[in-house]
Amino acid sequence: MNDAFDIRNMESHIEVHKFRGGAIVGATLLALMFQAFVPVYFAKAAMIDLPLLITIYFGLSRRNPSTGLLLGMVIGLLQDSLSGPTVPLGLYGIAKTVIGYLASSIGARLDTEHPAARFALTIIFFGLHQGIVLLTRRILLAQSSVWFTMHLAAAAVVNAIVAVFLFALLDHLRKS
Amino acid sequence: MPGIPSRHKSIFLLAGVVLLQILLLALQIKRDSQGRLIRVWTVGAFSPFERAGNHGIGHLRETWRHYFALQNTSRENEQLRRENDELKMQVNQLQSKATEADRLALLLNFHKSHENVPMLGARVIATSAGTASATIMLDRGSKDHIKKNMGVITPEGVVGKVVEVYDNTSEVLLLTDKDSGVGAMLSNSRKQSPVGGAGEPLLVMKYVANDDVVNVGERVVTSGMDKIFPRDLPIGTITEIKPGNPFKSIRIRPSADLERLEEVIVLLTLQPLLLNKEAETETAKPAAGGPGKPVTESPKSSASETAAKSAPAPIAPAPVPASADSAAAVKPE
Repeated sequence: MNDAFDIRNMESHIEVHKFRGGAIVGATLLALMFQAFVPVYFAKAAMIDLPLLITIYFGLSRRNPSTGLLLGMVIGLLQDSLSGPTVPLGLYGIAKTVIGYLASSIGARLDTEHPAARFALTIIFFGLHQGIVLLTRRILLAQSSVWFTMHLAAAAVVNAIVAVFLFALLDHLRKS
Repeated sequence: MPGIPSRHKSIFLLAGVVLLQILLLALQIKRDSQGRLIRVWTVGAFSPFERAGNHGIGHLRETWRHYFALQNTSRENEQLRRENDELKMQVNQLQSKATEADRLALLLNFHKSHENVPMLGARVIATSAGTASATIMLDRGSKDHIKKNMGVITPEGVVGKVVEVYDNTSEVLLLTDKDSGVGAMLSNSRKQSPVGGAGEPLLVMKYVANDDVVNVGERVVTSGMDKIFPRDLPIGTITEIKPGNPFKSIRIRPSADLERLEEVIVLLTLQPLLLNKEAETETAKPAAGGPGKPVTESPKSSASETAAKSAPAPIAPAPVPASADSAAAVKPE
């Protein structure tokens, strides 16, 4: 999973990054641990969706849509499993599959290394993710949910800020 | 996939993977299986790390409080620093011990004053991994006789109910979750109406007619009608009332601090319980000992250890005054 690959038929100037062994698995597990563990001590930390940020980052960096969507699916399903029995398996799975696919597709076409680009993309992906979760709840699960709250808007900005620093940190896991 | 252009392969894969997950969702709804096997594996794989993390964080916090937080004061004077460090370290140790002892004393007093109710202390080791639900994970499971649908409380009030049990851990659905609900009544008028979560910090009381008299600040307690919680346990206090059609819109601030739970009590019975109102009211007050006052429990023992020492007792009227500090004896209703 960590081997480099070529993106044929795409822009050749976009660099495909490869990561140190176990980096993706390690970062994913740490993110899920953080998501389930830290809010016990810092309730506000629950607004940070680290599994989503990890999906976006590796999607943007690996730039292979198939890898991106599969990674998103695995992260999403694991998050579903750790979210209690009231969250059906697939709720986050579907959302993160789509985000993984979109992130890696965009990553293959644009240079997404600049912090401003990462900030903006994270806000967009966060909104999309919430939209997909909400649509899944409304259409497939017949549950009511609100489209927009100030809390969600604040969470999008907070996640984007965290993403800028987290992505810079994760850049160190790349093979030079 | 022969015949499919390479650039379209990922789109087909995306469609396939999403379709599979939609089928998975549909299966769960139809069979109501909730994909238990996958959950058991995932929770089983993650809970040891969560437990270890819990211990690690606790240790780090202790180390931080007792040593690193004092290091900055050491540069002024070597001799004074040593004395200061020692004194501050002792003060910090005593303060953290006193705080923990207060918390444990509260749990212990509650337990002692309700000895006829089988209960077990547990530590919170994790929360829900997403914002779609409000759940917590406890470090006690089926091996500790916890079962689905058991009530979970703190001395301050109702927390939620057990919705999933594993060998060494269990998951609790908090009152604030959208799918949560509890039989409730107004403490003054005794008007009964269910209280549920709305996916936000405040709870909602449903089905109170516009004609009924309700006041902001009024306490809401359990009615006992849900057969999970005993009567008269505090749920919260009314913070907002708006007229609605056909029912009032009533919002309630939970008595228990559901965002900062570290130790909880699991009611180890699925039978309807009766609690003595006086005893309950007394134990809801702050710790009997207070900071600086000696407490009966070793500060180093965890809440779960403390409560776990008391084996689950059968439900029986047992009026036992626990100690001078403990709140009140349990009297049969």
